[in-house]
Amino acid sequence: MKQIKWYACKNPKKNIFNPPSVLFHREASPSIRLLNSKTSPIPPPSSPLREVQFAMLGNGDCDDGNDDRCSLNTCGIAQPNSRPAAAASSLVGLPPPFFDQVLDNVLENVLCFLTSHRDRNAASLVCKSWFLAEAQTRLELFIGNCYAVSPARAIGRFRCIQSLVLKGKPRFADFNLIPLGWGARFSPWIAAMAPSYPSLQRICLKRMTVADADLVILATSFPSFRDLTLICCDGFTTAGLAAIAENCRQLRSLDLIENDVEDDDDDGVDWVSCFPPGKTCLESLVFDCVGCAVNLEALESLVARSPSLWRLRVNDYISVGRLFRLMARAPQLTHLGTGSFSSFDGEGDFRASLESAFMASKSLVCISGFRDLAPEYLPSIYPACANLISLNLSYALITTDQLKPVITRCHNLQTFWVLDSVLDEGLQMVAATCKNLRELRVFPLDATEDSEGSVSDVGLVAISEGCKKLQSILYFCQTMTNAAVVAMSNNCQDLVVFRLCIMGRHRPDHLTGEPMDEGFGAIVKNCKNLTRLAVSGLLTDKAFAYIGKYGKLVRTLSVAFAGNSDLGLRYVLEGCPKLQKLEIRDSPFGDTGLLSGIHHYYNMRFLWMSSCKVSVKGCKEVARRLPHMVVEVIRDRLEDDNSVAMEKLYMYRSLAGPRNDAPPFVKLL
Amino acid sequence: MQGNCDNLEDTELRLGLPGIDLTAAASKFNKRALTEDSEIERSSAKAQVVGWPPVRSNRRNGFHARRSEAAEVAGGGILVKVSMDGAPYLRKIDLKNYKGYKELRDSLEDMFKCFSFSLECESSEAEASSGTEYAIAYEDKEEDWMLAGDVPWEMFISSCRRLRIMKGFEAKGLASSP
Repeated sequence: MKQIKWYACKNPKKNIFNPPSVLFHREASPSIRLLNSKTSPIPPPSSPLREVQFAMLGNGDCDDGNDDRCSLNTCGIAQPNSRPAAAASSLVGLPPPFFDQVLDNVLENVLCFLTSHRDRNAASLVCKSWFLAEAQTRLELFIGNCYAVSPARAIGRFRCIQSLVLKGKPRFADFNLIPLGWGARFSPWIAAMAPSYPSLQRICLKRMTVADADLVILATSFPSFRDLTLICCDGFTTAGLAAIAENCRQLRSLDLIENDVEDDDDDGVDWVSCFPPGKTCLESLVFDCVGCAVNLEALESLVARSPSLWRLRVNDYISVGRLFRLMARAPQLTHLGTGSFSSFDGEGDFRASLESAFMASKSLVCISGFRDLAPEYLPSIYPACANLISLNLSYALITTDQLKPVITRCHNLQTFWVLDSVLDEGLQMVAATCKNLRELRVFPLDATEDSEGSVSDVGLVAISEGCKKLQSILYFCQTMTNAAVVAMSNNCQDLVVFRLCIMGRHRPDHLTGEPMDEGFGAIVKNCKNLTRLAVSGLLTDKAFAYIGKYGKLVRTLSVAFAGNSDLGLRYVLEGCPKLQKLEIRDSPFGDTGLLSGIHHYYNMRFLWMSSCKVSVKGCKEVARRLPHMVVEVIRDRLEDDNSVAMEKLYMYRSLAGPRNDAPPFVKLL
Repeated sequence: MQGNCDNLEDTELRLGLPGIDLTAAASKFNKRALTEDSEIERSSAKAQVVGWPPVRSNRRNGFHARRSEAAEVAGGGILVKVSMDGAPYLRKIDLKNYKGYKELRDSLEDMFKCFSFSLECESSEAEASSGTEYAIAYEDKEEDWMLAGDVPWEMFISSCRRLRIMKGFEAKGLASSP
């Protein structure tokens, strides 16, 4: 019986995948532990059958029995657990008949308890019968990169999907770094799914290009369709929304979050009127990103006949005059997006009505909107503040004084998004009141490099001292100090997400003049749960040495204008075993750094490098050594010159091979 | 040549036709001859770098201004739509983000360069070497289409309702109209 190469290999760097052995690992997730419990057919560790489990693995009996390809067959979807096998050395040959011991239908009944896709990916790698059973019972499909696997392949493996999450462009597309027409079209997916997934209920798309025609197909192909969530997508108009509204009779949620809805404002379709008459089962309607007017009467009528509605986020064409009427129709709302929060010309003063509406909405826990805030209306929300868990004021230009009466009432706040117009003093107020704060985002009013700083290290320190339970922070500022970042690392040890954007490129610590290495070093060292990190300011390779040394759980890393040499990149690629998403711009990393990650790239979702020092030659070398990587070079010019530093590299593992829909400015190596 | 458009901000209104050569003043979406040096130069220059700071455009594009026309609001942004002949997508930009015609041109070039490439591939070899010329036209408050670059920048952004990137030969038609 042949021995599995990856089990025998003790050096994790040499593995293409560290195989999962979650079933036998004490720290496995609760759903996996269920499998090890007495009620499951999996025998306890001491029985001889356990050795059979290893034997099944030792048989290499996954997929086609080809060890090297085994893990890769699932790599487009799998995010394998990198914990090594508990007893890697005890593989012994036992006769195959024991396979039949675990009956398929028993297995399926057990597997249905697994919901996390990571757990399911792990289970599917055990052996062929597990692979098949898992494939037949998986209901939720998560595809982190739409180009990692072809629609046909995904549908061929998973036959009865009810829920799909599909992500397209890399995040830097949000900042105009990816030209129009790059790809990530939803069309091939919906075309393949329409005939194959009749019981599809939920679709969530992020950074995909979705055409109106796609929405029409979606609306007419799935009779049980309930939930549509589109995040940062583009390519569709209100015509597509109309198709959804009209045809999806079971629609529970239509959540449009930060999309580019491409309407010609004069020609927007009245999609709100397309919802069928009579009671609806609508629970969530989010359309704050839709850039054209909606039929106000139709909206009010829709809200009135949707008794299950708990979330409503309207766009800025809804004034306070309309808002309080909508709130009156839906006093059961828990999540409210307030639209423009001003009164339009000639409408009148609605302060009293609005305040009554907020007093009556006793269930509100989350408020956002305020797209055109008229400050005199802000006091209307005071009655709701004490119950608020989440408040998004990041589109509201308010001063410290205007913030004060609001925030001092928000004792239960856990999520707070705000503009830096509230200054450090505003953040000090947050720190003084919001003791349960978990997530803070401070956005810049003036997003340029040389604007006057509004918030600084003072605000950051205040937050760290007042909000010790902080888990996630996004902070834009002009300058920062190491001391402040170190303070945060000491005070907020629960941090999972730390994203600091010092807007001035290459800015050092403004007190000491030193690079920001020590600050970020302290973050990775002290915040033991950190999985997402974005760095900025003047940074040397030392910062990356720290990240490589301490950032053992880091999955997402964003780097801009940082580092000195290839060493920086090498530290990270060699030191961070959990790294999944690495996006780098304008940093002096070249081919040597790029090639130092060869051992790890198959474990990652993607690598993005733009305006760095990698060359086409280096990229070709990666493509040569890693045949399952798709290496895209997005160029400014069409000459093929190996030695000149190139613009943009985007590479990702894929089972589908190089895509056939690449536009002319994308070269696939 | 490119400096002329920015200097127009300082000039008074003139009688008679403008003295500049319009095809040269119009935007050229040529391939930029990038050398390593100019790349570094670009990144260290004080001029606005693409996508930095990393703030999504819906947050940048002005506060207080999101209505259908490119309404000018004090302190707010001026949103206009930009279309390009042959491109399937529109873009929206905030004119307040730019200090002059040159910045606007550079930014539009960046946004739409993929389409100038697809046109490069289709054109003949002779044309490809010289590059394809484009002009920026805008629709003003009177719903007339004008070539961008004639009037001082401030006047332009207050009257511009939408932008269109058109091919050079079409633009000549605009230029010659009274």
